[in-house]
Amino acid sequence: MLPLQVGAMAGRSVVRLVRQPAAVVPSVIFPLFLLAVNTGGLNSATQIPGFPTDSYITFALGFTFIQAAIFSTMNAGQALAQDIENGFFSRLMLTPMRPSALMAGQLAGLVMLGQMQALLYIAVGYASGAQFEAGFAGIVVLAVLVSIISVGFGGIGLIMALRTGSGEAVQGMFPLMFVLLFFSSMALPRDLIEQDWFRFLATINPVSYLIEAIRSLMIVGWDPEALALGFGIAIILAVATIAIAAYTLRGRMLKS
Amino acid sequence: MQEKLDNGIKVEGLVRQFKNGPRAVDGIDLEVAPGEIYGFLGPNGAGKSTTVHMLTTLLPPTDGKATVAGFDVASEGSKVREVIGAALQEAALDPHLTAREHMRLQTALQGLPHDQRRKRGDELIERVGLTEAADRRVGGYSGGMKRRLDLALALVHGPSVLFLDEPTTGLDPQSRSSLWDEVSRLSREDGVTVFLTTQYLEEADQLADRVGIIDDGKIAAEGTPAELKSEIGRASVEVSPRDGARCAEAKAILAGFGEPMAGNRGTVEVRLNEGIDELVGIVRAFDAASLELASLVLNEPTLDDVFLAKTGRHLEGAGEDDTSEEPLPAAAGAPA
Amino acid sequence: MSAYFSSALGITWRYLHNLYTRPAMFIPSLLFPLFFLAAFAGGLSAVGDAPNFDYYDFTAFQFCFILLQASALAGVFAGFSIAGDFEQGMGRRMMLATRHRSAIVLGYGIGAAARLGVTWTVVTGVALLGGMKVSGGGLDLAGMYSLALLSNVAALLFSAGIALRFRSLQAGPLMQMPVFIILFLAPVYVPQALLTGWIEPVASANPVTALLDAARSLMAGEPTGILAAYAVAFGMIAVLGIWAITGLRRAETAG
Repeated sequence: MLPLQVGAMAGRSVVRLVRQPAAVVPSVIFPLFLLAVNTGGLNSATQIPGFPTDSYITFALGFTFIQAAIFSTMNAGQALAQDIENGFFSRLMLTPMRPSALMAGQLAGLVMLGQMQALLYIAVGYASGAQFEAGFAGIVVLAVLVSIISVGFGGIGLIMALRTGSGEAVQGMFPLMFVLLFFSSMALPRDLIEQDWFRFLATINPVSYLIEAIRSLMIVGWDPEALALGFGIAIILAVATIAIAAYTLRGRMLKS
Repeated sequence: MQEKLDNGIKVEGLVRQFKNGPRAVDGIDLEVAPGEIYGFLGPNGAGKSTTVHMLTTLLPPTDGKATVAGFDVASEGSKVREVIGAALQEAALDPHLTAREHMRLQTALQGLPHDQRRKRGDELIERVGLTEAADRRVGGYSGGMKRRLDLALALVHGPSVLFLDEPTTGLDPQSRSSLWDEVSRLSREDGVTVFLTTQYLEEADQLADRVGIIDDGKIAAEGTPAELKSEIGRASVEVSPRDGARCAEAKAILAGFGEPMAGNRGTVEVRLNEGIDELVGIVRAFDAASLELASLVLNEPTLDDVFLAKTGRHLEGAGEDDTSEEPLPAAAGAPA
Repeated sequence: MSAYFSSALGITWRYLHNLYTRPAMFIPSLLFPLFFLAAFAGGLSAVGDAPNFDYYDFTAFQFCFILLQASALAGVFAGFSIAGDFEQGMGRRMMLATRHRSAIVLGYGIGAAARLGVTWTVVTGVALLGGMKVSGGGLDLAGMYSLALLSNVAALLFSAGIALRFRSLQAGPLMQMPVFIILFLAPVYVPQALLTGWIEPVASANPVTALLDAARSLMAGEPTGILAAYAVAFGMIAVLGIWAITGLRRAETAG
């Protein structure tokens, strides 16, 4: 029964995304736009002593995946908030559907979108001259990491939606996610950040490690420390957000 | 009473055709005399609001001509706006402003001299009974309070023509009654021409000097309420004697007041010769004959009867299933 | 005061009143420039050490961009207010009450410019506290702020044109994204000479680049390309002014 329910919800989630290009296209295109702008604008940064690569696009591509994942947060949250606002959620609660199926289904669409984005960004990267030191195996690892990151960030969106039941409140989170993204090692390696306070923020920001894990696959190849940190944080994020989302969902179901 | 102003409304062949949409107003002609209250009656989707939007320069006509206070609505819009006030279907208020702050905004928008603004605002707030709530944000007002404020805002610059688009929809009877009183006073004492759209027969009946009935974008009937109703038929009286055996006697008494009609068992009904003025005579006649009545009912044609006669449908309830709704003027989403 | 300016200033008053009595409306537009200042000047300061990066102070370099960006986005937010007002009915009140409806656009425009005072003060204060060095004199800085004001006007006219055509907050992204994109297609991180790839010719053709370069030259006390920048700014305002007024006509036609 559970696989059927998950499949049904996942199918709905995917169809929803496909039928709402206006919701999906910005989350695909905008990261590419920023990548293009940053690459053209910051290529001279590769000449800073200690910069790990001479190709800024190779360096910057990792940020693109994380940015897309943050858009996933908003998409997941908005979709569920919409369901709550228009009463569809209550309708679902009247069925024998299990809460885990609801969440898994919502996230399935995001994971699918995340994979498509990842493939697109890799293709764009290759076409633009980015290097991928870890090769095909690295792409597989990247796909797995991106899925976990999508689940983790999507979980944040679900929590916001379940707590507030409001699409507007979910949207209001966007600036905070933006802050997380920018106060990281997205533009320069952490050891080259001159301002101590900024470097400190980037060091305590978990997003830095996610970016660095992806970056390591492209620049270094196999960096066990970077990958361990990236996967570790992604898994913790995914597990924590899903657990909180499940708890919040149970609470909402009891209320409705 | 003020000397008569040239503040009438003239409409000739007015048309509004929406792009890829309905012909919401289909060539109407009407004239509103200066100082008159004109009731514009019709079901939902008939074209009332579209007509008002054209006359208040919010919407350009597709064809035809209309002048308000002598100014053409299409080519002299700014002059029209100087002389009109309008309280439209949605009250168009900012929930974050207080009534006084609305007055401050409206007086500025209308270009009132600076030194007159506060006084005028306070005067109007008092006139509509909102003094106590004047410094509270409008978001917390009841529907009736919002309507009153909307009316007050429409009067800020002393317009000579006032447009009211379904002003009492959703109001309780008391608020409705006080709004009617204010509208009557404006016409009677200030000579303001009032163009009032409504779905409520009673409102048109009570308030309007003349009524125009619009259906499907066309004028179906026009005249004073009494004229329109008398076109349909005269009033009738139906009596039911307390002693059923005296029905024949009741019939004979009523025969002197009008033509007998087929009545229900135990009742007698006549169509009155002279109308409701005969009611006093009827009561006296029954009293003189010591014939006690269990009930006496006066049946008058209503404007709904007029609408039914002209269009084959009832006015109240008409338009509910109408799918050719006039598009909402504030389009959300697509550009014009 | 003429009725025209009375109407415009009434609209300005309401716009500013709502802005300052509702911090949730105002604070994000204040925080975003600060955020970008911190992220760019703080996170990217090492880029100032790149070879041939010959501007005198990296924070000042970024500050000029942030100033233009904040000013332009303030114009966009005024566009949001126009769209919201038309969607919720206040727009109709303004269309009914104003004799000459272009006063509506003017009113919001004055409001958008007026809100800059606070934004500029806060952003400039934070940049100075962060150690920004100022090389330009009083007149240079006045010139720089005037260019920021012109970018505000241009963005407001663009957004007003969109807002009046759509009359709905759903058009928000259509107002914001083009302004955001055109700003980022200017030399944001490094001088134009250090741009590589496709972005270099795009930045050359981008009118914002002229304003940005001029603003940076004024900040550095070495004014260059000032006349060209003003010409570009006024040219944009003229074109976008027509866009806004034709948007107003569209709104009138739609009722």
